[in-house]
Amino acid sequence: MSDLEFRVAIRDALAEELERDPSVVFFGEDVAVAGGVFKATPDLAGRFGPDRVFDTPISELALAGAAYGAAVTGLRPVFEVMFGDFMALAMDSLVNQAAKFWYISREQGTVPLVVRSAVGAGGRFGAIHSQTHGTWFQGIPGLKIAFPSSPAEAKGLLKGAIRDDNPVVFLEHKRLYSVTGPAPEPDQEVIALGQARVARAGDDLTVVSVGKGVPDALAAADALAGEGISAEVVDLRTLRPLDLATVLDSVARTNRLLAVEEGPRTGGWATGLLGAVAEAGLHDLDDAWILATDETPIPYSPSLEDAFLPDADAIATSVRSRLGVTA
Amino acid sequence: MASLQSAEQVGTARAYLEAYARMRLIREFEAAMHRLFLRGEVHGTTHLYAGQEAVAVGVCMALDAEDYVAGTYRGHGHALAKGTDPEPLLAEMLGRATGVCGGRAGSMNVIDLAHGLVGCYGIVGGSIAAALGAGLSAQRQGRVSVAFFGDGAANQAYFHECLNMASVKRLPVVFVCENNLYAEFTPMAEATAGADIAARAAAYAMPSAVVDGNDLWAVRAAAAEAVGRARSGEGPTLLECQTYRHYGHSKSDPAPYRTKEELERWRERDPLIGARHRLLAEGVAEEEITAVEQSTTAALDQAVENALAAPYPDPAADRATEYSA
Repeated sequence: MSDLEFRVAIRDALAEELERDPSVVFFGEDVAVAGGVFKATPDLAGRFGPDRVFDTPISELALAGAAYGAAVTGLRPVFEVMFGDFMALAMDSLVNQAAKFWYISREQGTVPLVVRSAVGAGGRFGAIHSQTHGTWFQGIPGLKIAFPSSPAEAKGLLKGAIRDDNPVVFLEHKRLYSVTGPAPEPDQEVIALGQARVARAGDDLTVVSVGKGVPDALAAADALAGEGISAEVVDLRTLRPLDLATVLDSVARTNRLLAVEEGPRTGGWATGLLGAVAEAGLHDLDDAWILATDETPIPYSPSLEDAFLPDADAIATSVRSRLGVTA
Repeated sequence: MASLQSAEQVGTARAYLEAYARMRLIREFEAAMHRLFLRGEVHGTTHLYAGQEAVAVGVCMALDAEDYVAGTYRGHGHALAKGTDPEPLLAEMLGRATGVCGGRAGSMNVIDLAHGLVGCYGIVGGSIAAALGAGLSAQRQGRVSVAFFGDGAANQAYFHECLNMASVKRLPVVFVCENNLYAEFTPMAEATAGADIAARAAAYAMPSAVVDGNDLWAVRAAAAEAVGRARSGEGPTLLECQTYRHYGHSKSDPAPYRTKEELERWRERDPLIGARHRLLAEGVAEEEITAVEQSTTAALDQAVENALAAPYPDPAADRATEYSA
């Protein structure tokens, strides 16, 4: 199977859904003519025309409102908020309107919108272009939060998000855009949101992550395998809904759980996951812990930022330490 | 409830008599809300539209049934003007199962898609963004989208971002600012620089007009022009309709910041009294007006009785799901 670049997977997913469904529209800052600052969306404007794919003012508040208003009146908007950090400007229509519409309207209508953003640290972008905003939305019923870990997953999850009738916050890790990998298997061309996957089978512990944390965990699992430690890696795919069943099933076999989160422990998804696993599966747990970032903003300097992030080495080191083995 | 009909559809006298009846319905609905709130039947808070009826009704006279409207937390008038039935609207205020949103939404958050009401917005300025988005759909559907909002909302980022984007994209949106002179409790002069909301449209290359919001005829005429522009692809318009609310901002506000003289001055310009005089002057018979008033009152009384008799939603039977499948 031919290799697929992550940014091309995003573009292909958008193109295929724009082609398939005339109600899909795509807009954002510099996404049309320029093709996006991460070059994820070139050529779409030329192919689908300015009515379907268009540039907008730098007005995140208006973009989110426009997407919500369009979604409740017949369109399926996908819009880009360039950096996840800028989602702070877009929250009202997403949190106060889009997320609540299905419920408070007594199911009069749905809100099929997707908001895509580049997220994550490691690019030397500093504290306000590096955050991962998924957890800002973790506690909002009615929203879904998707965070793909590979090119194939990006394509399948974005197509699944666009076809989903609920508002979806879609996170794309900056350091995955240039990653290449296999194209999706035929049955994974569209991934319905809410189903985690076992990315690697193992017996000794379960490492749960999402987004770039998954390839990091897989690399750590490779290193640990050479030392006789068999790590299972679970890719959550979506932070909301959280597929607890897949995690519980894995932990029932491995009895150990490590959650790896690129973000602060306080208020993060990992603490919620450990709490949920403890509540439902305490009898299966011999150990559970979290590898997260410090409770500071994300630093700029390469030396500081590299030390800040939980990478594959940090994951492997944490596992060895917790299991009491030396490399 | 049927959407308001245009003069072209049913003739001028008939259209305005119908519109007057709708204004009466809103006035009496809000009076009922006031009574029911004091009785403890309306929960939390509520924001009454009395005094501003000519704005919602005049604008909706210029709309088709399929057009979109986004209202505010002071939205009962917007809903009724667009065609929401009074009984399910009242039942919603009372938190009853027969409410237009099954009692899940309440006074500030009513949604009635069947009548083109995409929502009412408890966030000041939220309606502006909703109408912008509905405008994207409306542009493709040959429809028009209307945002109602107050003078306070003209100072929200929503106002500036959305008017700019609507103008750039030439969206079929009519932005209707109901300037009732107070942003909650704060007089306009202390909160709104320039004190001229309509003038702000010029910065966005958008036509605008200042309208006597207590004059049904004036509002309808301005709205018809704006709607016509929107429908023919000429883009958005800002209307500043100057009006006055009879009650305070919300049910916790007796409005001590307004002088008795000011209140009296505006009460003399009550849009209902003005509309009634105008109908008579236009040759509509007094008996015909009285008959419409009586039937409106009777219908509302029945709606109140029915809504009060309706059950509260049963938590055990509520089939709420987080997501639509």
